[in-house]
Amino acid sequence: MPSIPERRSGEPMTEPLLSVRDLSVAFHQGGDTSIAVDKVSFDIHPGEVMALVGESGSGKSVTANSILKLLPYPSASHPSGEILFDGKDMLKASEPELRRVRGNDVTMIFQEPMTSLNPLHSIEKQIGEILELHHGINGQAVRIRTLELLNQVGIREPEKRLKAYPHELSGGQRQRVMIAMALANRPKLLIADEPTTALDVTVQAQILDLLRGLKGEHGMSMLFITHDLGIVRKFADRVCVMTKGKIVETGTVEEVFTNPQHAYTRHLLASEPRGEPPPADPSKPVVMEGKDIRVWFPIKAGFLRKVVDHVKAVDGVDLELRAGETLGVVGESGSGKTTLGLALARLISSTGRIAFVGTDIDKFSFKEMRPFRDRLQVVFQDPYGSLSPRMSVGDIVAEGLKVHERSLSADGRDERVAWALSEVGLDPATRWRYPHEFSGGQRQRIAIARAMVLKPRFVMLDEPTSALDMTVQAQVVDLLRDLQKKHDLAYLFISHDLKVVKALANHVIVMRLGRVVEEGPADQIFQAPREDYTRALMAAAFNLEAVEIEAISQ
Amino acid sequence: MEATAAKTSVQTAPPQKRPWISPTNRRRLANFRANKRGYWSFWLFMILFVLSLFAEFIANDRPIVASYKGEILYPVLVDYPEEKFGGFLATTDYRSDYIQQEIQANGWMVWPPIRYSYQTVNSNIPHSAPTEPFWLMEKADRCAAYPQKDQDPNCTLGNLNWLGTDDQARDVTARMIYGFRISVLFGLVLTICSAVIGVTAGAVQGYFGGWTDLLMQRFIEIWSSMPVLYILLIIASILPPGFFILLGILLLFSWVGFVGVVRAEFLRARNFEYVRAARALGVGNWTIMSRHLLPNAMVATLTFLPFILSGSIATLTSLDFLGFGLPAGSPSLGEMISQGKNNLQAPWLGFTAFFTMSIMLSLLIFIGEAVRDAFDPRKTFG
Repeated sequence: MPSIPERRSGEPMTEPLLSVRDLSVAFHQGGDTSIAVDKVSFDIHPGEVMALVGESGSGKSVTANSILKLLPYPSASHPSGEILFDGKDMLKASEPELRRVRGNDVTMIFQEPMTSLNPLHSIEKQIGEILELHHGINGQAVRIRTLELLNQVGIREPEKRLKAYPHELSGGQRQRVMIAMALANRPKLLIADEPTTALDVTVQAQILDLLRGLKGEHGMSMLFITHDLGIVRKFADRVCVMTKGKIVETGTVEEVFTNPQHAYTRHLLASEPRGEPPPADPSKPVVMEGKDIRVWFPIKAGFLRKVVDHVKAVDGVDLELRAGETLGVVGESGSGKTTLGLALARLISSTGRIAFVGTDIDKFSFKEMRPFRDRLQVVFQDPYGSLSPRMSVGDIVAEGLKVHERSLSADGRDERVAWALSEVGLDPATRWRYPHEFSGGQRQRIAIARAMVLKPRFVMLDEPTSALDMTVQAQVVDLLRDLQKKHDLAYLFISHDLKVVKALANHVIVMRLGRVVEEGPADQIFQAPREDYTRALMAAAFNLEAVEIEAISQ
Repeated sequence: MEATAAKTSVQTAPPQKRPWISPTNRRRLANFRANKRGYWSFWLFMILFVLSLFAEFIANDRPIVASYKGEILYPVLVDYPEEKFGGFLATTDYRSDYIQQEIQANGWMVWPPIRYSYQTVNSNIPHSAPTEPFWLMEKADRCAAYPQKDQDPNCTLGNLNWLGTDDQARDVTARMIYGFRISVLFGLVLTICSAVIGVTAGAVQGYFGGWTDLLMQRFIEIWSSMPVLYILLIIASILPPGFFILLGILLLFSWVGFVGVVRAEFLRARNFEYVRAARALGVGNWTIMSRHLLPNAMVATLTFLPFILSGSIATLTSLDFLGFGLPAGSPSLGEMISQGKNNLQAPWLGFTAFFTMSIMLSLLIFIGEAVRDAFDPRKTFG
């Protein structure tokens, strides 16, 4: 591989490594043709990181996939354009030629590291396969090179990890393995399709750190696809802003961020969740109270299935939540945030006192809980999964009414549904439609309407914004805050996204491994965190820095 | 707040009505129609099936309507004792010369196109049974057994055996029509009953999981490893054979086929977030199962149905063939096949049964294919 000199951004251009000219992508389905990508052009120079930014559906992944011709041809086609890689047009290249480039000169890493790795093969086999295929080495040489690669991507004790299967690794480790596989052939160009979106903020910071280091070491170019502007600002040299299949703005990161030209770029830049939570009022009644909440899952072993140990998902958490207040619960994945929320909503069994509007509900059965369910609502993370695809929006929202307000007539129910939909900013006329006709943000509004229609006192919000685009996140945060003000709601807001928590929470609990690491008023936690873990979380979330790795990486 | 809510909803209430068929199902219907072979098979099968439901009006040994001494009679629907026509028997044999002459003399009667029921014995066959179809015989031979030979008033198309007779001189066409009906009905009832039981069992296992699932799974493993055929033979030799007894025996084992798919579907879907959301709303277990989970499992079940149906029909036919099926004298295709085997000199028996079975099963398979394609999520949601 030719060594490529280190190049700083803004230097005069050399010959571009990849040049995309007038690329269009059309999808054909049943006689319909839709243009997913419309005449985009950009260049990537050796050693450069180009970021492709845009919301979901803007065509950024489709653009990236067309570089290696990974689209589902023939239902996809390229009406125009050329993709020159090292001077060769990839769109006209034959399949064997493409195969030589794929995984060799150009490699890709994907968003979801679990599904990108074969669950049936050990990581040694998966990395080794690439080495054998492209380098023709085998036996001991493969092993040595695999260890070298795993070392390079920062997997600790790689000798022990060689025989591991993907499910035995954490999300961050899996993504590291994916990167190791991508690097195995020393590619000239690495295409990273949202490589950190599925990961925790702390792990995201580590992965970005790793990629930055590798770029410096190998001098490879990178096409980095993301919707997170924070990452772009920290990480990229140049940026292309995409919306609706078109590139609306291209420039160096500094230019675009300090002086955005296009209206959409400005909109995107202004869409970070903002605002302050309404001040907490200590005179309001306590809605939810938890004392020493524990959720332990038994580990059974041996012939008689004796309980030998417990997985302590939540291990002694106390909390108190008043009407009109928001309690933010933050922490990495696996810290027990969602489990705590489910325990409070009595959707999984727990021990410890849980009092809801003055009644101890922790010993109630599912039936005994039913009278309380209308005032105790849950909004889930994934708006695509939480709405039944076979029910119309009206039916989905009305479902709770059928359980809790049986006396309501069909017309009365319909009125309430229309009210709830307009309350969350949706046109009530849409209630005969089905969830798949709505965008992610609208779906999350429907999920919120389903909770609001019962006029709850307490809403458990389990990462309600993390599956949404940045601009939509801000809207949902605003909506939640408005509803809270209007109906004096108490929120338990679970999120790993500290920016959103900052915009909503009065009080914050920082969780780690089922225990509360730090808690206090939101201002205090964000301004002056006491614990190292909290500080590391803040650094990773707000500055994308993997500081004090010892405190977080496990 | 309530009042304002009501007002806004009245203002914004759309004139739009809820669509009768959901868009998903509409697309499935369009997919089904797009499969020409399956679509035509469906209509052909439906026509044949509906026609066979009215078999009594097509092939019967009694007239549809008769007028006797100024009175309109419906012998197809009502059993008139023979004394009505001056005889002394409990039931009337309308095919007998005496009754025919009596009615013709005092009125008229309208016969169905085929003047035989499935168990009517043709007493006027030209030679010993089985006799060949009339169009294989010389014109003069066809009615050789009638008193006035081919001048006999009864030597009509309705009295001739279109597909010959079997070894007991019964009309093959009539037996085929009735046999088709009983096969399809048996298959349908068996399929629907096993679907209900199988889906319920699978749903309970998948939804509740844990010990329920474990115990029922083990039970099903033991149950389905029983030698079904031998048990059938043993039971059939103890209990008197009959439609419902046979149905019950086959049902004992056939529901197991549905459990696997439904259980898998429920296991997968019970962790969906919308199911969890429904639980958080306080919706009861059975409502969640029927409203949120069953539609998922129905796709797999419906896809299965036509194939189970054809399987049930084949099972019934094979039992009849072995002689352990429906009681003797019932119109059954299996019995016709076994007659064909015993009377190789009468190929019309075997051919009739073979073509009936193969056309019926092919139609069902084509329909099944079309249904399966129509429910294919890649075509519906892609």
